[in-house]
Amino acid sequence: MSFVDTMLSALSSFEMNYTVLLLIAVTIPGLIIFLIMTVNAIVMVYMERKISAFMQDRLGPMEVGLFGFKGGKRFWGGIGQTIADAIKLLAKEDIIPKNADRFMMMLAPFIIFIASFLTFVGVPLSENFLISNFNIGILYILAMSSVGVIGIILAGWSSNNKWSLYGAMRAAAQIISYEIPIALTLLLPVIISGGLDVHTIVDWQLQNRWLILHSPFTFIAFFIFFISGIAETNRTPFDIPEAESELVAGWMTEYSGFRWSLFFLSEYTNMLIISLVASFVFLGGWGSPLTIINLIPGDYMYLDGPVWGLFWLLFKAIVLIFIMMWFRWTFPRLRVDQLMYLCWKVFIPFAIFNMLAVGIWEVLF
Amino acid sequence: MSKENLTDKSGINTEDMILNMGPQHPSTHGVLRLKIHTDGEVVSKIEPIIGYLHRCFEKHSENLPYEQVVPFTDRCDYLSSMHMSHGYSIAVEKLLDIELPERVEYIRVIVSELQRIASHAFFIGVFGLDVGAITPFTWVFRDRERIVDLFETLTGARLLYNYVWPGGVSHDLPDKFVSRTLEFLDYFEPQLIEIDELLTTNKIFIERTADIGVLDKDVAINYGVTGPSLRASGIEFDLRKNEPYSVYDKLDFDVPVGKGEMGTVGDCWDRYIVRFLEIKESIKILRQCFKLIPKGDVHAALPKKVRPRKGSVYSRFESSRGELGYYIISDGKNVPTRVKMRSPAFSNLSALAQVSEGWMISDVITILGSLDIVLGEIDR
Amino acid sequence: MPEKTLIDSIKSIDDSIAYDDETKIFSIGEVDKWFEIATEIKNLNFDYLMCITSIDLENDQLALAYNLHSTETKKSIEFNLVFPKDAQIPSIESLWKTADWHEREAYDMMGIKFVNHPDMKRILLPHDWEGHPLRKNYVVADYYHGMYIPKDKTEWE
Repeated sequence: MSFVDTMLSALSSFEMNYTVLLLIAVTIPGLIIFLIMTVNAIVMVYMERKISAFMQDRLGPMEVGLFGFKGGKRFWGGIGQTIADAIKLLAKEDIIPKNADRFMMMLAPFIIFIASFLTFVGVPLSENFLISNFNIGILYILAMSSVGVIGIILAGWSSNNKWSLYGAMRAAAQIISYEIPIALTLLLPVIISGGLDVHTIVDWQLQNRWLILHSPFTFIAFFIFFISGIAETNRTPFDIPEAESELVAGWMTEYSGFRWSLFFLSEYTNMLIISLVASFVFLGGWGSPLTIINLIPGDYMYLDGPVWGLFWLLFKAIVLIFIMMWFRWTFPRLRVDQLMYLCWKVFIPFAIFNMLAVGIWEVLF
Repeated sequence: MSKENLTDKSGINTEDMILNMGPQHPSTHGVLRLKIHTDGEVVSKIEPIIGYLHRCFEKHSENLPYEQVVPFTDRCDYLSSMHMSHGYSIAVEKLLDIELPERVEYIRVIVSELQRIASHAFFIGVFGLDVGAITPFTWVFRDRERIVDLFETLTGARLLYNYVWPGGVSHDLPDKFVSRTLEFLDYFEPQLIEIDELLTTNKIFIERTADIGVLDKDVAINYGVTGPSLRASGIEFDLRKNEPYSVYDKLDFDVPVGKGEMGTVGDCWDRYIVRFLEIKESIKILRQCFKLIPKGDVHAALPKKVRPRKGSVYSRFESSRGELGYYIISDGKNVPTRVKMRSPAFSNLSALAQVSEGWMISDVITILGSLDIVLGEIDR
Repeated sequence: MPEKTLIDSIKSIDDSIAYDDETKIFSIGEVDKWFEIATEIKNLNFDYLMCITSIDLENDQLALAYNLHSTETKKSIEFNLVFPKDAQIPSIESLWKTADWHEREAYDMMGIKFVNHPDMKRILLPHDWEGHPLRKNYVVADYYHGMYIPKDKTEWE
């Protein structure tokens, strides 16, 4: 069912050494993930610049065109802008400060990149479009997304810059704290649907109703999950680690060129992962909006199917990403201790209470 | 969040970290260097180091005739340049003992109040930026562009005007200035409601600014803090009401005072809301001026040679940052002997060290932003 | 303009205080007693020190002008101190904290030495600058840190 499995079965008809077979069956999905991540970054950066520009009563990128298509007066204006930026970043000089720890500084972006890459392996894009079908899906996603903290701390420490150190310490505290509400709220679908596997959760939703409407407790859990997810990806209002007006660029200050684009890539991938996970855990995955409350169970002939599934899942994820961007340009920034207060004294008690309440609900209904 | 909770009482021997918020930094409003001694995130001592923008204004003015000093005053506080030259002109006129036509006084008030709106609007945008809200910054600049366009039709320059001269103003109001300004005021008042919704009652903004950096009344007066920062601490001290100059005694306006609505009196939120309300008061003053302004010749009282009598004068003016004072000593020549500019931001900044002890680094930036300093007039 | 009662109460603080009716400025003869006089003035409710101006009178004397204001009675007075070039002035920083930075500026620009100031160092100029610019006989040095300071400005003025 998963991509790697299909590849393996397709390639096993050739007579080859098993290790070479395995290598090919693994690299091709890897390249596909990398392609998805880059396309996602390109599209989302363009989206962010245009959305932020329209919210601020200006136009955003307008000049750079793609193959001669320059775009209209307002929308699709500078559609080739991100590609031009990506090329520029790749061609930039790679500066490493003299007193910085060279090996660590070169290693840090790759660790962060690997963390988001590995998480993406377990996140589905559609019913059949899953890179690897783990039967501990949710747990794998949680575990792999925690690896990124190491990269951030390494980046801040090795830059030999007090401001980067501040940013890294704040980021570490923030990310580690906010993983707890995420884990606690992600346990609710597991309790309700009875399995850690991605397919189990979505199938339960397609047969019953979207988890967000299952009980008032899951409704609250969705918001706790979403806001903690924004905190995980260091977006405003939780963007203290990269607070532009306080710490220059926080833990990314000393990075330039390709390494910086790796940070950027993994930040946008994290945003996509959080939105995708929220979509398939709480919002019904690849089911159409007709499955919100499943009045007529069964197949919906016109809005179901592999391609439609991909469309619905991406649609929900993009709506959530739009909301994330909307938050960034509306709210001021929270201070570090207010952030911590929010996590430990508001979210975690609510999440624990939610778990108990959902358990009781399951027993009663 | 009180200050006492933030100190470390564990008894471990720790060393203070000295953090340098250097001359180049996105949020120090100019070239200001802050040497911050911190214990983790908590600040124990701040030492502001200024002088990076010193341009020897006072020494230059000793070699220039009185009317040629006006462009130099503009460049000191580049965000309220009309106020700088207005204050200087009032000081020189006290030594010249001339009587100005009413039209000149009204034009000066109109221009000063427009400049006050521009400066306070700029403050709102930049303060939001310091706290993390990026959108009000762009909205404010869009509106400030219209004020700057008005000034361009009046004086020809966008930022540094050289408009208010000792004895009068340099040009009369052009043809459609009054109608354009009234159009702008009608357009601007609803925009303030939008910014209000985004910032003033926003829960995160209130958490970041209320109860932070409380400036006591007595501490404020002792440090010489004036202007909106002093009014936010609860003292009604506005030179336009206490010692009215120009035609302010004929105009009807209120002086907003900080009341501690969201926290303690004298916190950053109060300093923000006082400036926000002052914009509304300035709009009121502008509408009254346009009704009362008489006709006349603006160049009637311009002296051919500016030669004040011998003596010294200290003249005070309410600029958008506080009390702007000019101490001018004249020997009867056409060149001043000594011009001392008492800039409001100079004394406001000296209060930073006292106010921000015990807060966190993010709070230092908020407090610095709320004091509304411009390095140009601190360093002169 | 201060009224008669105020003038009298200030003059009664010390004998050496003189009041000039034309310029409306108080002045004292000896600068050594300035701190005590200032304490008495502060007790008369003058809680706001507006400005400290340093003046170079060209006959080898320097002067300081203190402008004070009372926020309660809304009255302003001015005090002038005249003293020879190398006199030491008591600092009134402990009475009004504004004086901290104003006195540093007076030292920096005019070279007036203050006694009992907690942190007397240059404020506007770099800390290793030589000379005091606002003096009338100030000549710009030729070199600063090995960089030549050009005197002939006809090329760009």
